[in-house]
Amino acid sequence: MSLFVNTKDIVAPGEALADGMDYLPGAFTYRQGKKILAKRLGLVNVEGRAIKLIPLSGRYLPKVGDTIIVEVFDITMSGWLVRTNSAYHAMLSTKDISRFVRRDEDLTNYFDIGDCLRVKIVKVTSQNLVDVSMKEPGLTKLSGGKIIKVNPHKVPRIIGKQGSMVSLIKDKTNCLISVGQNGVVWIKGKPDEELLAINAVKKIEAEAHLEGLTEKMTQFLSNGGKNGI
Amino acid sequence: MVYKKRLDGRGWEDTRPIEAKAGVIKNADGSAYFKIGKTTAYAAVYGPRELYPRFLQNPKTGILRCFYNMMPFSGMGDRVRPGANRRSKEISMVMEKALGLVVDLHDYPNSTVDVFVELSQTDAGSRCAAICAAAIALADAGIDMKDMVSAVAVGKIDDKIVADLDYHEEAYEEGPVADIPVAMLYNTKEITLLQMDGEVSKEELLNALELAKRVTEKIAQIQIKALKERYAP
Amino acid sequence: MKELKEHTLRLIEEGRRNDGRKHMDYREPVVVTYGISGTAEGSAQVQIGDTIVMAGVKLSIETPYPDTPDQGGIMVNVELYPLSSPEYEPGPPGILAVELARVVDRGIREAKAIDLKKLCIEKGAKAWTVGIDIVTVNDAGNLFDACALAALAALKDAYFPVYKDGELHYEEKSKKKVSLSKEPVSVTVYKFGNSYVIDPNAEESCVYDARLTVASTDDGMLSALQKGGDAPLTVEDVNKMIDIAIEKATFLRKKL
Repeated sequence: MSLFVNTKDIVAPGEALADGMDYLPGAFTYRQGKKILAKRLGLVNVEGRAIKLIPLSGRYLPKVGDTIIVEVFDITMSGWLVRTNSAYHAMLSTKDISRFVRRDEDLTNYFDIGDCLRVKIVKVTSQNLVDVSMKEPGLTKLSGGKIIKVNPHKVPRIIGKQGSMVSLIKDKTNCLISVGQNGVVWIKGKPDEELLAINAVKKIEAEAHLEGLTEKMTQFLSNGGKNGI
Repeated sequence: MVYKKRLDGRGWEDTRPIEAKAGVIKNADGSAYFKIGKTTAYAAVYGPRELYPRFLQNPKTGILRCFYNMMPFSGMGDRVRPGANRRSKEISMVMEKALGLVVDLHDYPNSTVDVFVELSQTDAGSRCAAICAAAIALADAGIDMKDMVSAVAVGKIDDKIVADLDYHEEAYEEGPVADIPVAMLYNTKEITLLQMDGEVSKEELLNALELAKRVTEKIAQIQIKALKERYAP
Repeated sequence: MKELKEHTLRLIEEGRRNDGRKHMDYREPVVVTYGISGTAEGSAQVQIGDTIVMAGVKLSIETPYPDTPDQGGIMVNVELYPLSSPEYEPGPPGILAVELARVVDRGIREAKAIDLKKLCIEKGAKAWTVGIDIVTVNDAGNLFDACALAALAALKDAYFPVYKDGELHYEEKSKKKVSLSKEPVSVTVYKFGNSYVIDPNAEESCVYDARLTVASTDDGMLSALQKGGDAPLTVEDVNKMIDIAIEKATFLRKKL
């Protein structure tokens, strides 16, 4: 009856995390006989008797409630089809946008192919058919600016506690920034500052699992993108 | 004529030197480099991603597709003509089976996870190196896997049971030879790939499989280390 | 896509690029590594920024063509591996792979970098064919320059296999190198609006107007030209782009 790992350890699929019935297999782990094994490359998180893993990698899987950034790639009779940076595209129906669309209207009046939108996932079926909506405030078309893609598992770090990290980047670069749960990040600002914001986001992505990130990022942004450490 | 010493001086149970690294191809969702002796494999994983044509989709689960290929300059003799051939198709298929058993894609219906492996040079054991590289790449890509998969060619030369035959050992002509590629799971030691080329008795085969258990365990530790090193500070 | 084009163009017109480089900067690092495949007679890997390609030379003995009985041959092939990008699918080479191979081939062949007569073993019966295969490992833009440089580097690394008593022994390398009398280096210059740029990254590669690949040797002679892209070039453009290509070829040549 023992625990083989500690919180923040990196484990790979097939590694034994614990032995015995005292521990419970949480997310991305499973029980095999008496042992609990890892099912994913991730960081260990032990809370009481539950062992779970926080994945380090993996493509985005659409989830109800997530706010994501998408790109329109097709227009149908009843709405827009959008790419979600996952294995599944999503549908934005005309009844899910905040303006009233008449039956015979040309939908490109609202959104055209290639447009980037910030939307919310409102439905995911068992076959991963996805519906998104723009009815909530803050959900809008994103014009201009630059899109970059990051590992969706690093999004919480990029946003920070109560948005502290993304606010830090916004303050120091005067850029508009929107971070989608699907790993799509939209940045808009003056050219040099946009580049600095992009590099900052990429740096957080690369170093998300390391200590002292907030200080590193503050120094990085204050130095105009040069590493202090 | 008894095989008294291995041609390169190794111990009977020793593999050639192994190098493994994860995250070597930036465009891919996961990738790896696995080199055993001179045999060098690069693997890239793309997915889960959309799968076309539609009729290939499985509504219950994502599927795994493997594509094994040799670079034209990777063969021991003549140039290898580009394109799929019977051998590469068979290897792709057994790789899919070897890896498909551990991968869990139930959260991704109708999608595909594509694994591409390219060999830049070969000196026997290429399908095993391909599986080792692919397993690292799949884990690197964040695919759910029940276990780590490791593969090695064990075998027999004369009366000796050996691990990781190289090209010259496979071509040994002074006595009976058997080349037995095996893929095993790290925890359960279950076999997910087993092929045999040559002549061997059942007893010798079972001895070889016991050897495979020890060898694949060591290889799995190297694969796991490569994954951890990718994220080390 | 149109937003990306406008964004990229705006930056370029202001003298910058979306990754902070200047118009005439290659990405870093630019690294040539020799001997990456022990089974090839000569091999090399070229890295330009995140783009990585490998090239291998295989030498074989064939019957010369009837109209050139005292000459050997060169053959260049490019494979765009699905391993290297989500955009590529398995299958026979598409038109981009064919164009890359033919442009690299012309750059080497027309510079007479390899003396085909020196490849003859027995007139009318046997001659060496130099087979150059270039494959992509990570495609992040600018394959024209990377593939051409890799092919040249692999040739510089190439030794003939031992050919004794009518038998080829691939496992033994002879001391005889495949000799190159010239080293043609390709540089592709891209036009964005009114600006010229080299070494576009993956994003820039989607939105350029026109490109001109120029293979040159260090005496300033050109051995291949290839214009691509949907927009036309003026004579003035070509004049300036060739100057840029010759100058940047010096930079690439130093990496060999």
